[in-house]
Amino acid sequence: MAAAEPIIKMAKIEKSFPGVKALQQVDFELAAGEIHGLMGENGAGKSTLIKVLTGVYKADSGQIFLDGRPIRIKSPEHAQKIGISTVYQEVNLCPNLSVAENIFIGREPIKNGRIDWKKIKNEAETVLDKFDLKIDVDRKLSFYSVAVQQMVAIARALIISAKVIILDEPTASLDTDETNKLFEVMRQLKSEGIAIIYITHFLNNVYEITDRITILRNGELIDTCLTESLPRIELISKMIGKDLEQIKEMENYSKNIGENNKVLLKAEGLASKGNIEAFDLELKEGEVLGLAGLLGAGRTEMVELLFGLNKADQGRIIIDGKEVKLNSPKDAVDYKIALCPENRKEAGLIGNLSVRENIILALQVTRGWFRKLSQARQLEIAQKYIDLINIKTPDTEQLVKNLSGGNQQKVVLARWLAINPDLLILDEPTKGIDIGTKADIQKLVLELASGEGMSVVFISSEIEEVTRISQRVVVLCDRAKIAELTGSEINQKEIMYRIAGGEA
Amino acid sequence: MDSVKHKLIKFRNSKAFTPLLALIFLFIFNFFYIDGFFQIEIKDGRLFGYLIDILNRGAPLMIIAIGMTLVIATEGIDLSVGAVVAIAGAVAASLIGGEMQITPAGEIVYETVTTVPVAVLAALVVAAVFGMWNGFLVSSLKIPAIVATLILMVAGRGVAQLITKGQIITIYYEPYFVIGQGYLLGIPVAIFIVAAVLLIVGLLMRKTALGLFIESIGSNDVASRYIGIKEKQIKFIVYIFSAICAAIAGLIITSNVKAADANNAGLWMELDAILSVVMGGNSLQGGKFSIVSSVIGALVVQTLTTTVYAAGITPEVNLVIKGFVVLIIVILKSDIFKEKLNLLVQRGDRV
Repeated sequence: MAAAEPIIKMAKIEKSFPGVKALQQVDFELAAGEIHGLMGENGAGKSTLIKVLTGVYKADSGQIFLDGRPIRIKSPEHAQKIGISTVYQEVNLCPNLSVAENIFIGREPIKNGRIDWKKIKNEAETVLDKFDLKIDVDRKLSFYSVAVQQMVAIARALIISAKVIILDEPTASLDTDETNKLFEVMRQLKSEGIAIIYITHFLNNVYEITDRITILRNGELIDTCLTESLPRIELISKMIGKDLEQIKEMENYSKNIGENNKVLLKAEGLASKGNIEAFDLELKEGEVLGLAGLLGAGRTEMVELLFGLNKADQGRIIIDGKEVKLNSPKDAVDYKIALCPENRKEAGLIGNLSVRENIILALQVTRGWFRKLSQARQLEIAQKYIDLINIKTPDTEQLVKNLSGGNQQKVVLARWLAINPDLLILDEPTKGIDIGTKADIQKLVLELASGEGMSVVFISSEIEEVTRISQRVVVLCDRAKIAELTGSEINQKEIMYRIAGGEA
Repeated sequence: MDSVKHKLIKFRNSKAFTPLLALIFLFIFNFFYIDGFFQIEIKDGRLFGYLIDILNRGAPLMIIAIGMTLVIATEGIDLSVGAVVAIAGAVAASLIGGEMQITPAGEIVYETVTTVPVAVLAALVVAAVFGMWNGFLVSSLKIPAIVATLILMVAGRGVAQLITKGQIITIYYEPYFVIGQGYLLGIPVAIFIVAAVLLIVGLLMRKTALGLFIESIGSNDVASRYIGIKEKQIKFIVYIFSAICAAIAGLIITSNVKAADANNAGLWMELDAILSVVMGGNSLQGGKFSIVSSVIGALVVQTLTTTVYAAGITPEVNLVIKGFVVLIIVILKSDIFKEKLNLLVQRGDRV
């Protein structure tokens, strides 16, 4: 595979942004018919490299060869024209247009001077058939799940008859079945001679699907190797450039803390029609409660009730022994409940505000309009959390949208830590985040619970992660709580067994 | 040196940069083409001159632009301000009433229905109620702002007509003229009103967290709700505020022309106000805003109008020229142009 003539060769690519060397002398080769994993922590330069390749950025120096000929890629449109398409992590299609329209937008086939709708529909169905996806292509895209939308985005790239497809974290929002389906499609594309660059943080996926792996760190090329000859542990150490002590350290936290602690919040028969069936829940001070379950099992719906995002139509919530009504997030915040939402970009970040403003916002909300935090105090608080949880940003005034995904997540966390919450709800806090930051966040969660006595609800699709840091695990399936596990019951096998519907 | 350069770069990237540049260009043009553009004379203890005139005539637009800035910062828009100008003027004028009577002794007496403060207050309250209407449609019913405020933009003029009973109400009561024609310390009262509104809003935005919350909502209203910001409440408030600003402008205008004309008062002002805000570098997508930049933007619009009149160009051409200037400013503000400019600056550094 590696011996084949590379379809794309990037040589000595350099790219700097003010204050940052994003890429330094990076070489990259992609052969036809290979799936090439691009690995690295957030800020390693993966995205920048891809953006140089797709014409979003111009490289400061270095050369790109397509089929052996030097080429200057002027714009994303140009890149598409020469056969390089990208499918991004956050699906960037038009939710209000139909599936078929999304696939053909910008390239509508014309017949007799009019758009050939019949052809659009037929071809859209044909290409989706490849994915074994039987959906109504006339329906609005927004009607379908993120997974389907992702497939549609790939279908769109295929229609351009791409030679090179770049997949940026395509599986971040997919469940196992959907991921497998995607891999089938990828293998098929590979057999057709299409080259695929695959960016992901999921190690399992990388080992399952890729032929070669290129590892970047801090804008430098670390290595390119055949996947089969690269042990996992070596890959990880190449990515983070240090040994895995951080992760080992976590094993030292006892599973028993929090057992005898005071009950902070109690939910009795809480339910919301169509969202989550009635459930009881007890949250204790200083414990981490994990919520496990498949996508759509009701995890998010459960915590939405605890944060006042959705109104419960039966049951009650008791905080510190008193029944309370949570009608809005503001009410929840007043009871010192915080929630980091699953989709960071839409519901978490205020992209056009600075890191400082993002961090102090929740604290300011608890103080109301009139007691405004002084500029000096704001700076002090922002700086404190930037140092404390190691947010990588040039300064406090940087717009938060310019930060990498992991650091954005840390900003959202910092925002809630600033109000010193009693209950911290984290909905997929490590989704799409590199291993180093992931470990940082997990460690922080454990410290907050055991050190500060904070009660933490931790939702994650990675069962392994849930078992590692939770003292108690609630298992959900089909929008209902089906089990609560403690102690030695907390292991992957047990959780999967429960989700699969097994009795105790 | 470095810090000076840093400050210059910061200024170049600030919202106020382009409108100030446009204003300076207009001033330079006027310096050459309009005699005595920069002259300010004192007649009867009052200041006169083109510059004073621009400030005075631009007062209503500046005030409306302030309110519009806040609405736009929440990712909204208020198309009804022109109609609210007419409504407020109609309310005030009909309350002041003012019939000219001639006493048996032959004296001319002007009678009013109410005093000036009552009329002013009534106009503001009525406007606030209409603002609530806009705010309710946008924040509670989630109707897109451009549609929600379009309703009042159309219906508002009808309401104003109803109040004036389809007539142009002439105002005879002199104390009311202070608002739009009076002078204080030699300076037009209208300028003081602008300063007061600017000061109050400025303080409210800087000294309280309201400005931050508005920017947060404009930048991402879903995330703002997740943080506990009462986004409905704040959206509601900015529309009320915008209507009150429009009402103040309406009072100045009716006082200035001594009449309430439901058909023409504030006609198309919403467009000038939006133009001012955009010229001020404020994004229609909401988020970060600067009211001072919007006020400068309004001054550019007003200077343009005054220039056209003073240069003796026929008023019909005014709109064409306005469009042309807007085009230039929008190009100057575009990201592509800024990028090119930055490249030029960098090249200059290397040489």
